[in-house]
Amino acid sequence: MLKDNRIRVIIGHYGSGKTEFAINYAIELAKEKDKIALADLDVVNPYFRSREMQQLLEEKGIKVISSYVTGSGSDLPSVTADVLGPLQDKECNVILDVGGDAMGARTLGRYKAYFQKGEYDMFCVINGNRPGTQDLNGILHHIATIEATSRARITGLINNTHLLRHTTINEVLKGQELTQQASEKLNIPIKYVSVMESLVADLPKDLEGEIIPIRMIMREDWM
Amino acid sequence: MAKVLMKGNEAIGAAAIKAGCKFFFGYPITPQNELPEFMSRELPKIDGVFVQAESEVAAINMIYGAAGAGARTMTSSSSPGMALKQEGISYIAGAELPCVIVNISRGGPGLGGIQPSQADYFQSTRGGGNGDYRHLVYAPSTLQEAVDLTIEAFDIADYYRNPVIVLGDGMIGQMMEPVEFNEPKKRDLPAKDWATTGTEDKRRPNIINSLALDPAELEKHNIKLDNKYKAMEENEVRYEMYKTEGAELIFVAYGTTARIVKNAVDALEAEGIKAGLIRPITLWPFPNKAFNEIPTAKALVSVEMSMGQMIDDVKIANNGKLPVHFYGRTGGMIPTPEAIVEKAKEILGGGK
Repeated sequence: MLKDNRIRVIIGHYGSGKTEFAINYAIELAKEKDKIALADLDVVNPYFRSREMQQLLEEKGIKVISSYVTGSGSDLPSVTADVLGPLQDKECNVILDVGGDAMGARTLGRYKAYFQKGEYDMFCVINGNRPGTQDLNGILHHIATIEATSRARITGLINNTHLLRHTTINEVLKGQELTQQASEKLNIPIKYVSVMESLVADLPKDLEGEIIPIRMIMREDWM
Repeated sequence: MAKVLMKGNEAIGAAAIKAGCKFFFGYPITPQNELPEFMSRELPKIDGVFVQAESEVAAINMIYGAAGAGARTMTSSSSPGMALKQEGISYIAGAELPCVIVNISRGGPGLGGIQPSQADYFQSTRGGGNGDYRHLVYAPSTLQEAVDLTIEAFDIADYYRNPVIVLGDGMIGQMMEPVEFNEPKKRDLPAKDWATTGTEDKRRPNIINSLALDPAELEKHNIKLDNKYKAMEENEVRYEMYKTEGAELIFVAYGTTARIVKNAVDALEAEGIKAGLIRPITLWPFPNKAFNEIPTAKALVSVEMSMGQMIDDVKIANNGKLPVHFYGRTGGMIPTPEAIVEKAKEILGGGK
């Protein structure tokens, strides 16, 4: 995590778990680093956006940037110019939580100048249980369209295969195999395996990618 | 079939296609946009038709046309958009056409807001259109239930030749859950010999219409419709009883709110307080009979994401037997299990 480049862009299929990953990643990172900003660039979703967790994240020292229209009540596709500050500040660790699919990745085009080799990482979140990314072709299609729209190359894959509370180790491993196929085909490494906290202890130790335990922060306990 | 992880709006769309829906007409509005988006992507793959209409009024009248031609057809919208569709729904009920209409409801009145709400209970169960008409209203509380009920809604619509509403609040549309698509159990459905499919000079033309020039004929038509509605009340009521046995306090809640109330019921149980839940799955017909199955209850409390609408039906079903309380959040705010637990203690500790 500390070896990742300063600017981390989280992209992927709609509903793949980008926001939950981005928030958990930011919280982990905040344990090691001081200056962290998380920018919510989601112009696709009206619910379950990282801006809803602004208070929680700021308590942990993470600056949250989203729309200039505050709160959860807006579905305007607007992003504040404040995103540029942390992108330009070489001391700042930036996480860009991007909306789903190529449609969501469109916001990235505006920041192309900052996506220089060695300066940024772009991680693609994959849930092998989401229709659309259940097979290799689906994953390759999403990666190709997102890269074309964002005008940036993906530098790492994240296996985030789950079925919420119904997730089993087998689901994770099924997703790992799928992610592995994409990794070999594209020559992009698997950087992370994000897994529900309760399952981490039972995972095999030899998986490619760092394991990130996921606490379901976006999901209320009653869901 | 293996479970997949879907968003509510997508899952409802996929369920409709599974049920044989090939024609979708709609107009965008948050928080249901993923549903028409899904249909626009998926229907062309199965030789179906997706039309983004110029308005909700246009969309519901396209439904009238497609349903009149005997097709399985669906539209979806959210609260203010549903308000616009009401005229068409009345016409569809009057002309006895089957269709499925999905409302992923949001805060109101007026344009309101995009967060979840259950303030369309009156609109859904009383109908915003004119005349003596009724339609089934399904209120799923999980995405699997949304899938199963949507599939079934098409059969029910065909069986009764009547529109069926699937009402989910914004949370049901937006949340993600694992779902699977099972083969629905087959119903014996009447042939659509009333549909306007072309006479080929072999029969007299079928006419789809809701206008009657003779009041005696119109009265007869209304009595016929009413008999249909009575059959729905007799045969289609659905509800779930959750931990109601021996319960002193009975919550009544549907949709997302019912999930939250179940958590409150469990929390109360852990403290030794006996509470249960009546969860209407059909809002119309309302499960009146469920209220005869709670002999130990001392009080009822309707929990809603509104200022109190279903509580009217709770009072009718209760028929004056028990005190009826209310707890609600509105405008897009979601009740917490903790607040519901507090309300329960307040009621049981005295009060009214």
